[in-house]
Amino acid sequence: MQKYSIFNLIKNAFSNHQKWDLAWKDPTPKKEYDVVIIGGGGHGLATAYYLAKEHNITNVAIIEKGWIGGGNVGRNTTIIRSNYMHDDNALFSEFGMDLWRKMSQDLNYNVMFSPRGIINLAHSDAQMNVYARRGNSMRLNGIDAELLNREQVREIIPMADFSENVRFPIFGGLMQPSAGTARHDAVAWGYARQADSMGVDIIQNCEVIGFDISGGKVEGVRTSRGDIKVKKIGLCVAGSTNILADKLNMTLPIETHLLQACVSEPVKPVLDRVVTFGAGHFYISQSDKGEMVMGGDLDGYNSYAQRGNLPTLQHVLTEGIAMMPFLSKLKMLRTWGGIMDMSMDGSPIIDKTHIEGLYLNCGWCYGGFKATPASGWTFAHTIAQDRVHELNAGYNLNRFNTGHLLDEKGLGTKTWIS
Amino acid sequence: MLHIKCPHCGMRSQNEFSYGGDATVKRPELGKEISDHDWDNFVYNRKSLRGKHLELWQHLSGCRQWIKVERDTATHEIFRTSKANEDNS
Repeated sequence: MQKYSIFNLIKNAFSNHQKWDLAWKDPTPKKEYDVVIIGGGGHGLATAYYLAKEHNITNVAIIEKGWIGGGNVGRNTTIIRSNYMHDDNALFSEFGMDLWRKMSQDLNYNVMFSPRGIINLAHSDAQMNVYARRGNSMRLNGIDAELLNREQVREIIPMADFSENVRFPIFGGLMQPSAGTARHDAVAWGYARQADSMGVDIIQNCEVIGFDISGGKVEGVRTSRGDIKVKKIGLCVAGSTNILADKLNMTLPIETHLLQACVSEPVKPVLDRVVTFGAGHFYISQSDKGEMVMGGDLDGYNSYAQRGNLPTLQHVLTEGIAMMPFLSKLKMLRTWGGIMDMSMDGSPIIDKTHIEGLYLNCGWCYGGFKATPASGWTFAHTIAQDRVHELNAGYNLNRFNTGHLLDEKGLGTKTWIS
Repeated sequence: MLHIKCPHCGMRSQNEFSYGGDATVKRPELGKEISDHDWDNFVYNRKSLRGKHLELWQHLSGCRQWIKVERDTATHEIFRTSKANEDNS
């Protein structure tokens, strides 16, 4: 594999950049693999990469129904953070933050990680208390957190609405300075390129039709491009989890819902942080291209549509304008949707299953992108060692039976409620 | 924007309704021996498939009645609606 460097950039300039190697190959599926990862999104690609890098398992195929970068890894709002209160979420996410910081060097691919900080706005004294508690919990877990008062917030984001007579005045906020954003496509491409270079087969346009399970063990997977013999399968398919679970006669604590995002027309730099509204569900950042990147609530009913409906978008943007009135002057450039695997406690599942050789990675709800490296790393460990790592022990499937839920938001089982 | 035909009020905009989830989920009967697994299925586990989906909606900003809607989760086409107590499974 050609290394991406200034020297190679200059060298290739002489041939008008026509002679770069392909970032990854387009192989025909082999008859047999050691591990098959279903789903070539960020998590699947990262899993394959860490299987090869950390566990020396390279006879691996990634099976993707669409194309690399076409799913949620290319549809999210690129926010990276670890501002969680519960230990399981906090330690897992902070482990991920370390991987994010090293990612560009590790992958030899500029993922444009930008630790610009995230501010969760508070709109009441009670909310300030809740944030103080969460901030303290974060600090106890070694995560940076700063509780900001109204004036401190105003200094950082003066464009927010600080007038007195508004429905949700800004009382302050909780900031995680080390949080940020990254270029989402680059994450997918970077992992794909490195995984490919270590021998992983990335097989696109290949749909899973069924599974060969015999005596409670995985024997193989049937795909639109032929049958593959394999002893270990990792399921990493986000919003399509229920469809594949149905083929395995499994019913999971997951519902598939639609989440929208949108960007405004590009404008000059105005917002250098990620900011979330505290009285609803709205988050915003500005991309390097100048677009305001925004998102918020689910559409609110089970959906596989991958495109949004207007009432939710209108609702979300109303919150945005309440928080930052200047947004009403901007034109909308694009809106889109992705399908989320909403778990019943709002936390993910990375675990073994009752079928030997079948591993599950799902339930990422609103927060799949930021978890990409940590999810891949722990899932690779779970598959390679056939046991969960302590980092993903809390993300077990059994918790819905035992009652050890990870209800970070305390929303309960109604996943469509925002 | 979905248009949902309330069996009591007629065709109305989605904005008047709130969602209530899978309508095929049945609470285990009281007084019967129920396994943990049955409770899991009632509380947490959902099929949530692509295609036809029978679901509950409440006409919150209208007659406030709960209704059943059969909708396609991929195309959002609504095939039929009925009163919540009508058996159409």
